[in-house]
Amino acid sequence: MTLTIEARGLTKRFGKKTALDGLSLEVESGQVVAVLGPNGAGKTTFVRSVSTLIRPEEGELKVCGYDVRREAESVRRVIGLAGQYAAVDQALSGRENLVLVARLFGQSAKQAKANAEAVLELFGLDEAADRLVRTYSGGMRRKLDLGASLVSQPRLLILDEPTTGLDPRSRLDLWDAIEGLVERGTDVLLTTQYLDEADRLARNIVIIDQGRTVASGTPAELKRRIGGKILEVHVRDRAHIPLVAQALTREGVAAPQIDESTRRISVGADDGAAQWLIDGLTAVRDSGAVLADIAVREPSLDEVFLALTGQKTSSAESVGAATLETA
Amino acid sequence: MTTLTPTIRTGRAGIVTGTGLLAKRTTVTFLRRPELVVLSLVQMSAIMLTFRFIFGGAIGTAHGLPYVDFSVPGFITAGVLFQTLGTAIGIAEDMEQGFIDRLRSMPFSTAAMLTGRVVADTGILAIVLAVTTAVGFAVGFRLQASVLGGLEAFGLCLVFGLAFSWLFIAVGLLAGNVKAAQGVSMIVFIVTFASSAYVPTQTMPGWLRAFAENQPVTAMANAVRSLTLGSHSQAFLGHGPGYFVIRSLFWAVGILVAFSVISVAKFRRAAG
Ligand SMILES: Nc1ncnc2c1ncn2[C@@H]1O[C@H](COP(=O)(O)OP(=O)(O)OP(=O)(O)O)[C@@H](O)[C@H]1O
Ligand SMILES: [Mg+2]
Repeated sequence: MTLTIEARGLTKRFGKKTALDGLSLEVESGQVVAVLGPNGAGKTTFVRSVSTLIRPEEGELKVCGYDVRREAESVRRVIGLAGQYAAVDQALSGRENLVLVARLFGQSAKQAKANAEAVLELFGLDEAADRLVRTYSGGMRRKLDLGASLVSQPRLLILDEPTTGLDPRSRLDLWDAIEGLVERGTDVLLTTQYLDEADRLARNIVIIDQGRTVASGTPAELKRRIGGKILEVHVRDRAHIPLVAQALTREGVAAPQIDESTRRISVGADDGAAQWLIDGLTAVRDSGAVLADIAVREPSLDEVFLALTGQKTSSAESVGAATLETA
Repeated sequence: MTTLTPTIRTGRAGIVTGTGLLAKRTTVTFLRRPELVVLSLVQMSAIMLTFRFIFGGAIGTAHGLPYVDFSVPGFITAGVLFQTLGTAIGIAEDMEQGFIDRLRSMPFSTAAMLTGRVVADTGILAIVLAVTTAVGFAVGFRLQASVLGGLEAFGLCLVFGLAFSWLFIAVGLLAGNVKAAQGVSMIVFIVTFASSAYVPTQTMPGWLRAFAENQPVTAMANAVRSLTLGSHSQAFLGHGPGYFVIRSLFWAVGILVAFSVISVAKFRRAAG
């Protein structure tokens, strides 16, 4: 089995700040891996290390079998990078941007034109191809950026938060585009702050926080460990919290999480356990508590962290601390 | 669509092709921003007109050298700095927007990014200088020396431009973002005002004069003066063209070598 990415004990410090703290992960070829983590987890630092833009102080990092330090040039030949901010030239048209990148990769003018054309078609940008990028929407710019990392036909495509800041429609479009690439056999490393994105696109998810790998596995494995969906009950009266909490307590399932301040009680509800859900809802009704709202929803990144590590994310902690101070 | 199947690619543009492609990109990008083009062309002309017609009367110049003849070579020299200053901002923009990261993640001759910029800058500078020179003639400047001297002065300005282009590339790379690059570039105002570009250094207080007489812009402005004004300027400047041309070339080469080394090192080095 060949490994697309092999990281062992990566450490990178910026002054006193440790951005990567002994990060290890492996990505097998032929799959999409999502690096999931909150703000400041070290996602961009990792991506920049893989792309040979920065040099970790410690640890080993191989991309497609090449060492990023000793064989950086070879690594650069096999990767395509779309960074966290769309790196396209605003004063060039979409087509000109793509042709420029292709030509810098040593393609002939004719080849570059053909590849640019193919990318424009792939991302549905043909109509806007000759407009200046300045006039593009954020979603179009992102797509073009993705396209630019593709004209060189990379083996490994690296995407840093490809959909952050996009409206839901553009997000879906971009997801489709990425899925299309995967079908054609491009390996993809992407980072994201959103569980649903990782779930939709990746065969493997690596969760990182504070520069370390917290958990990894297939989306199904990780979900199993956190209990799929979340049943959340919002009560009117704080006094009713224990009633609901008790109604939702079951053998063999993690105890309900209680948030006193927002009067919410939540519990993991396994996808398959429809019967359990009905029982839970019935129990809540019979408890006599007055409800403000009740919902079944996807777990948030914070809940995933909590379930997997028993700890909040570093950003959730600091938000919590800030709330306490102002309270 | 079959063209996009993943393959092991081996290509990369060589330094010459890369320089050409990126020079073209820089030029096209510049020409498509009318505000920059207008700014470049109008900025120096406006300053020149202001000095010529508003302050010109009040500023007398010794040794029978009319202020217009004294000042136009100075404006043109200062114009070189104001024009190449844009490079710092352009480079900082490319860093901020990730364009440089993209290039650095490619199997690509790093130097081409910089040489492409320098080539484009020098070409743009040549055009802007031509316009500035034309305005100079329009406001009454006349060549006192040979036409050859005038052409030499023009060529010398391009050499200064080449040197300052590297200096501002380094500024852009070190600043890393547009705001910082703009801030650092304000130094251009100080360096040009504290030089013989606009007024003779003889009128300055001692400490300022000591600085002004030993910095590159003064050497360059005086070199352009001696080449264009010939013997008319010698009495006033105290030396002939050879003296100033050699001094200014010394500065230009020094700046070019120092800042190209800094730029390439900064560009190559994995950031941080
Ligand atoms: N150039 C730098 N200088 C100083 N500190 C840095 C630098 N780059 C990153 N850091 C710090 O390293 C940590 C990890 O940053 P990184 O950008 O990798 O996080 P991230 O997971 O990409 O976050 P985000 O979701 O906000 O993009 C952060 O605390 C950040 O402040
Ligand atoms: Mg990031």
